[in-house]
Amino acid sequence: MLRIIGGTVYDPANGINGEVKDLYVADGRFVSKTEEGQTIDATGMVIFPGGVDVHTHVAGGSINFARAMTPEDHRRTQAFIRTKTRRSGLGGMAPTTFATGYLYAGMGWTTVNEAAVPVLSARHTHEELRDIPILDKSSLVLMANNEIILDLLEDGEDERAKHILAWHIWAAKSYGVKAVNPGGVASWKWGKDAKHLSSKIEGYDHITPGVIINKLAKMVDSLGIPHPLHLHCNNLGAPGNVETTLETMRHLEGSRAHFAHLQYHAYGGDDWGTMKSEAAQLAEYFNAHPNMTTDAGAVLFGDTVTITADGPWQHLLYKLTGRKWGNLDVENETGCGIVPYTYRPSNLVNAVQWAVGLELLLLINDPWRVFLSTDHPNGACFWRYPEIIQLLMCADFRNDCMAKLPPEIKNRITLPEINREYTLYEIATITSAGPAKALGLPHKGNLGIGKDADFVIYHHDKDIARMFGHPRYVFKGGEIVIDDGEIREAPQGREYLIKPSYDPNTDDFLKPLFEDRYCMSFENYPVEMERIEHAQIQNCDATDATN
Amino acid sequence: MKPITLKLKREPTVTLEAEVICPDGFAEMSHEQIAASVVYHGKRQVRLDEFFDIEGERSEHLVLHGSLQRVRHLGRGMSCGSMTIHGDVGMHLGALMKGGQIEVFGNVSDWIGAEMSAGEIHVHGSAGQQVGAAYRGSLAGMRGGLIVIDGSAGIEVGMRMRKGTIIIGGPAKDFAGLQMKGGTIILRDGAEIRTGAWMHRGTIISLKPLALMPTFAESGQYNPTFVSVFSRLLRRHGFELPNDPAKGVYQRYAGDRSVPGKGEILIWKGHPEG
Repeated sequence: MLRIIGGTVYDPANGINGEVKDLYVADGRFVSKTEEGQTIDATGMVIFPGGVDVHTHVAGGSINFARAMTPEDHRRTQAFIRTKTRRSGLGGMAPTTFATGYLYAGMGWTTVNEAAVPVLSARHTHEELRDIPILDKSSLVLMANNEIILDLLEDGEDERAKHILAWHIWAAKSYGVKAVNPGGVASWKWGKDAKHLSSKIEGYDHITPGVIINKLAKMVDSLGIPHPLHLHCNNLGAPGNVETTLETMRHLEGSRAHFAHLQYHAYGGDDWGTMKSEAAQLAEYFNAHPNMTTDAGAVLFGDTVTITADGPWQHLLYKLTGRKWGNLDVENETGCGIVPYTYRPSNLVNAVQWAVGLELLLLINDPWRVFLSTDHPNGACFWRYPEIIQLLMCADFRNDCMAKLPPEIKNRITLPEINREYTLYEIATITSAGPAKALGLPHKGNLGIGKDADFVIYHHDKDIARMFGHPRYVFKGGEIVIDDGEIREAPQGREYLIKPSYDPNTDDFLKPLFEDRYCMSFENYPVEMERIEHAQIQNCDATDATN
Repeated sequence: MKPITLKLKREPTVTLEAEVICPDGFAEMSHEQIAASVVYHGKRQVRLDEFFDIEGERSEHLVLHGSLQRVRHLGRGMSCGSMTIHGDVGMHLGALMKGGQIEVFGNVSDWIGAEMSAGEIHVHGSAGQQVGAAYRGSLAGMRGGLIVIDGSAGIEVGMRMRKGTIIIGGPAKDFAGLQMKGGTIILRDGAEIRTGAWMHRGTIISLKPLALMPTFAESGQYNPTFVSVFSRLLRRHGFELPNDPAKGVYQRYAGDRSVPGKGEILIWKGHPEG
């Protein structure tokens, strides 16, 4: 039981924009009134719903590979020493599991979505998710380069493919479907890529990336999966790739879709020397098509490590930087590449990337459809979100930062012409209410009666980065987890799953294929329910999602 | 300024992580604060005065006595002042240091001056492995400053160093200057095999013949002017580099061509007597 009185509340899900309002909590949820329990005086302070990250990489094979590949970062980074409430760990570019929970909660984020899980490493991912305290979690399974599904699409067996897709979601104990460089990662196994929607996919004659994207999006909609197809487009990171991105968006008209880290897909120009921002063109199209949501994938200058299932892109990045390169081949399912990277303001390409992330956030005018993300850890580490919030809220600060970029940047970006400043209400939308809605988690990012009591109390502060980096209190399920920078409690979070329906004969169909191709036995492949702590199965509503 | 004296009163049974023993911090601390500083004996947090008798306060000059082989990270990241150590020292001495001076009357272990950017370390005994090197995974080792070892050194001296100078008095083991990116290594008593492997840039000067890898190419004999200038700077450390054309010449080798690198190895060849 808890009463929070006198705080200025920003709750976009209920249209509450900076009203002084008392909040009451009982049994982990908001209630209309309670007389009992602790009272917290939040007079003069700002109350937000707990942050929701729609796209991050915090658990599983790839981030763990990144941790192993960056021992140099572990020496210099923040160390968490074990205490009564806290386990040990390390922050930095790829924080360890426990530290991930502490760092996210420490800035007021309470729900995260791990955006890329191959079925083969789903068990490992869930083990790590379980070790991320405080946060509620969900994960998306990688499906756009799965050999069994691609074979079925090649043969025109779309209905069967849909059942297999649903089977895999449940096998991975996943929450939705992620598509990374559809067809491109499959081609990478022959040393090739698939950069355009009509590109040939090595080993196949009939399907193209465009076909895979279309069919997957339709399957996701017809299965009634709460979160739409989560798409990492083809041709990521390359100059001139805005054409591919626009073509993909046109392909998806009539379907729901979430475009991941759009910043990496919004470049013009012909090569690295002429690369420029096409965020304005992309935002214009996006604004006119309400079937899509996106997250920014913003870039901040500094050291990080890039990790993605997009193997061919990572090989190119390794060739460009000459730094370390890790490459994983996940049997018939996908791949993964790891390259440590430093974004520098003096590097024109990096400067353009920095601007594009902010331009997209500022030019897409509906905050319910564009969300804050850095594609952690690709564009920057998640614990740097407060810096982005400051860039969005203060045009002057943005201009000061732009003054430090090379002068050649002038004709390549539109950021200097944008005066928009985000309001607190809009920040609460892009960091919490919006992503919660896109994920189909209506009880998150919402301070209404009956919703989960995950919320944050901030001090008013002119220094926006400090304000959002150091909340006064963070509550998870009605419990104080962060009190003035100290971790008070580290409760276990939930894991959200879905169980879409599929043909009961799917096992019989898959088993012989599986035993023919995989390294493990069929019975050991699906993740057991016992592995998931505090699992919560969300409904799939096949009639609801096709609107 | 009166120095702070620390005498080891009992030897740690496992390693003692003691990066708090650093002039930067002690310069501002009272005797009680210094005594209460936290060090890690293995995984246990203990007070510094459990292991040391401490005299003095508020000074950036530190004098240590004792067998400190298990004491690690002394002077880590220091930027000013001095540390004088009488006894053998454990790993990571002066790692990441940014200024000041360290003098050791004894032997030191591995990773001394790792990734340091400025300052001086002088060891009168011998050193372990990875002197002035890059930590595992890191792009660059020593980025500036000077390390002088009077005795011998272990493998990977100056691994991935980018700037600065390392002088080894006794013989060095394998892979001196491994993947070097710049700076200078002086080997007064030669080295074992694979010196300069993967070096991109930088200079290795050896006063004794070296068994070089086939990826280094002979590229002339001369008496470089810079060696004379450099030698004058080294005089205050008690030695000079030979460069009298009447007495000998440097054989230059370019490499490592397997990278391909633009480094150089200069080996002194004295003329036969008479």
